[in-house]
Amino acid sequence: MRPEWTGFVGNKWDREVNTRDFIQKNYTPYEGDDSFLAEPTQNTKDLWEMVLDLSKKEREAGGVLDMDTKVVSTITSHGPGYLDKSKETIVGFQTDAPFKRSLQPYGGIRMAEKACADNGYEVDPEISEFFSTHRKTHNAGCFDAYNQEMRACRSSHIITGLPDAYGRGRIIGDYRRVALYGIDRLIEDKQDQKNSTGRVMTDEVIRLREEISEQIVALKMMKEMAASYGCDISKPASNVQEAIQATYFGYLCAVKEQNGAAMSLGRTSTFLDCYAERDLKNGTFTEEQIQEFVDHFIMKLRCIKFARTPEYNQIFAGDPVWVTESLGGMGVDGRSLVTKMSFRFLHTLTNLGASPEPNLTVLWSTRLPENWKRYCAKMSIQTSSIQYENDDLMRATHGDDYGIACCVSSMVIGKEMQFFGARANVAKCLLYALNGGVDEVTKKQVGPKYRPVTGDVLDYDDVWDKFMDMLEWQADVYVNTLNIIHYMHDKYCYERAEMALHDRDVKRYFATGVAGLSIVADSLSAIKYAKVEVVRDEDGVIVDFKTTGEFPKYGNDDDRVDDIAQEVVHRFMTAIRRHHTYREGVPTTSILTITSNVTYGKATGNTPDGRKKGQPFAPGANPMHGRDTHGAVASLSSVSKLPFKDAQDGISNTFTIIPGALGKEDQVFSGDIELELK
Amino acid sequence: MKGRIHSLESFGTVDGPGTRFVVFVQGCPMRCAYCHNPDTWAMDGGTMMEPAEIIEQFEKNRPFYKNDGGLTVTGGEPLMQVDFLIDLFTLAKEHNIHTCIDSSGIAYKENNTAFIQKLDKLMPLTDLVMLDIKHIDPEKHKELTSQPNDGILAFAKYLEKKQVPVWIRHVIVPGVTDDEKYLYQLGHFIGRLSNLKALDALPYHTMGEKKYESLGMEYKLHGVPAMDQKTLLVKKQAILDGIKAARKEMEQA
Repeated sequence: MRPEWTGFVGNKWDREVNTRDFIQKNYTPYEGDDSFLAEPTQNTKDLWEMVLDLSKKEREAGGVLDMDTKVVSTITSHGPGYLDKSKETIVGFQTDAPFKRSLQPYGGIRMAEKACADNGYEVDPEISEFFSTHRKTHNAGCFDAYNQEMRACRSSHIITGLPDAYGRGRIIGDYRRVALYGIDRLIEDKQDQKNSTGRVMTDEVIRLREEISEQIVALKMMKEMAASYGCDISKPASNVQEAIQATYFGYLCAVKEQNGAAMSLGRTSTFLDCYAERDLKNGTFTEEQIQEFVDHFIMKLRCIKFARTPEYNQIFAGDPVWVTESLGGMGVDGRSLVTKMSFRFLHTLTNLGASPEPNLTVLWSTRLPENWKRYCAKMSIQTSSIQYENDDLMRATHGDDYGIACCVSSMVIGKEMQFFGARANVAKCLLYALNGGVDEVTKKQVGPKYRPVTGDVLDYDDVWDKFMDMLEWQADVYVNTLNIIHYMHDKYCYERAEMALHDRDVKRYFATGVAGLSIVADSLSAIKYAKVEVVRDEDGVIVDFKTTGEFPKYGNDDDRVDDIAQEVVHRFMTAIRRHHTYREGVPTTSILTITSNVTYGKATGNTPDGRKKGQPFAPGANPMHGRDTHGAVASLSSVSKLPFKDAQDGISNTFTIIPGALGKEDQVFSGDIELELK
Repeated sequence: MKGRIHSLESFGTVDGPGTRFVVFVQGCPMRCAYCHNPDTWAMDGGTMMEPAEIIEQFEKNRPFYKNDGGLTVTGGEPLMQVDFLIDLFTLAKEHNIHTCIDSSGIAYKENNTAFIQKLDKLMPLTDLVMLDIKHIDPEKHKELTSQPNDGILAFAKYLEKKQVPVWIRHVIVPGVTDDEKYLYQLGHFIGRLSNLKALDALPYHTMGEKKYESLGMEYKLHGVPAMDQKTLLVKKQAILDGIKAARKEMEQA
């Protein structure tokens, strides 16, 4: 065994690249409480003060402090950057200075130019010329291949938020491999992979060989980049500080080269705890030191930034990076994967204060240790910064070493990846079904000229049939648009750093998404259980509805409407599955428009449920605002009935509650008079 | 038989132990000045529901109520529909559900033997009664609620006789029900109840006022500030002092 691995056990992970095997054989489940956690050090406080100061300056400058307009960002394009070198225990920025946004034109030069221009900067004309004339971008490739119908759908927003002008993101490298094996070993592994490809040079084999070569280049550059910070990551990490640093360098390389819609971290805490436990045992570091490394690591993750346009920020409500880190969960052997490091990660919310990034996501199981559950609850109440995901549901599909990309997309780390596919606006599709493919806002014929509904009162069976036909069409144009997008992204904006930290043969999920589900469910319910009259404009296009009578609304645990919602999801997914997908991607769907619901609402006309033109959609799979009148449990129940097998990319529900509605404070009401009389 | 239901709340966290399924019944004879559910006063209106429909809804989401939670009936005044409650709780007990009534006790009249016979049936099916005593002083009670309180206090004694576990609730309104003299008296009264399990001193809040506005009703407490937590704890202590004193007297007697 290598000297860096002394003290670790196992005889599989050391012979093959297998991070999960290492974790399983070396981690220590922690059942205790949060009393061991350490306060921030003075250095941590000083550094965080600097970050806060830079954030303030950035806000004052209108949202961007500095942008690189001359150097195209690669793994090695920039020299080292620091806050205060003498105080940082974990180092590395995307460019040579904190808060300086990098220039990433491979997704699309016009997007890069616009991101600069909108913030008062100008991309070097030579770079603009190069990426317009000599080097094609992902965006240019997409528009070369799009047909008229795809362009029309894109403009009318019936399919929307497509990653054809920006990085698709959602791919998580197994950044832990950098720490566990060191780059040299990973390069050897990749060489072996390249030597093991098929000998007949089919398109697939040629592409794979070229991609692995790109990955090897990326790995070499990682080593070079780390060396510029004085770190040697050619060999395995020998302690927890090095392990955190190496893991972070792996991630940093990804965000130096990809301005993705979600750039998630994976599931690193329990892996890192193996090193922390060893160091504590050997007296290498104290708890305070280890917490300092974690605080500095998280601080760096909070400083990840991209150059983006105001339009992009509007879709995503801010400029989120989605540095999602998945914490906890249960192992398939029944042991909890909660370690002290899981606590330390959440503890950064105390040491550095609340923050949406990194997106700390607790993989929740009913069987998690009670102390961990209590700590999570406490931190949620204090900081409102924790996301929860159902581990019991996802473990069945992905085992126990998966992570979440973005907000809900699950994938096995280093073995599975995803082609992010934005979403189809099914509320608009319903309106297209009524109007025979004519867009209710622009009045243009966007969809196929199917027969529109006739008569003044909508008939449920008639509308359902027409909707199903239109849904088939929508799925068709949607999947084919995505096929083009991912083909071009692989070709012109390949994620070599992330894919270098994957196995050779990865499972690719072909993700799609649905927006407007609750509107469709309520609209169909209104048509079925109340009376919906249509209002046509001078051109005969249905532009409004008069709904009379009561109808059940999604979000009240009422099967009459919840069944409709389930059936729509099922039929949508069935329609998606019927199509050819790029690189044999396994089709999935998500119901998760957490932030873009506002934008989608703006592009959609009046709907039969009573929602007015331009009004926001509900986020994700949420019921429409104010329509769930039976309390939180009933509302959550409606959502929980949605079939996970048909929405395997995730179902999100945004839940906000005032603390007082969660119960009374102990000092106000203890529930036991004898206690209070003592 | 069917009950007249105002609404159902699937996530009740402040109406009894644990997380509870809460049934708001329609209809109440009291007119408490601070009532935040004036829309439940009218004896007509609401939706007629079978006990089985309610239990079915509970069962659908049972996992949410498993840790010490259960079913609470509030309102409105639940005991105005005592026949319905007997049917509902009979079924609830068949389903092994923890049952709780949140009541003002106003329906109780010592000479109404027919009603008391029904209560005798209901109490063995009831795991907890939350009795909301609005004011301990008969005159003040009438001012505040438009009803006398003698029946209510008699109901408290009836519950003790039946040994039904009781939480006493008391809303503390600045300038209206926060006189420590009366709070002490209240404590002294409930301190003698051997079935007293908890005291729930509720801080007055102004969130109900909006409802009055939308219903076009006059809000008698307009301008009265919400009760802050610090003062609440002081006021609550007055009740606790009363309880302690009563217990001491009983020990000595």
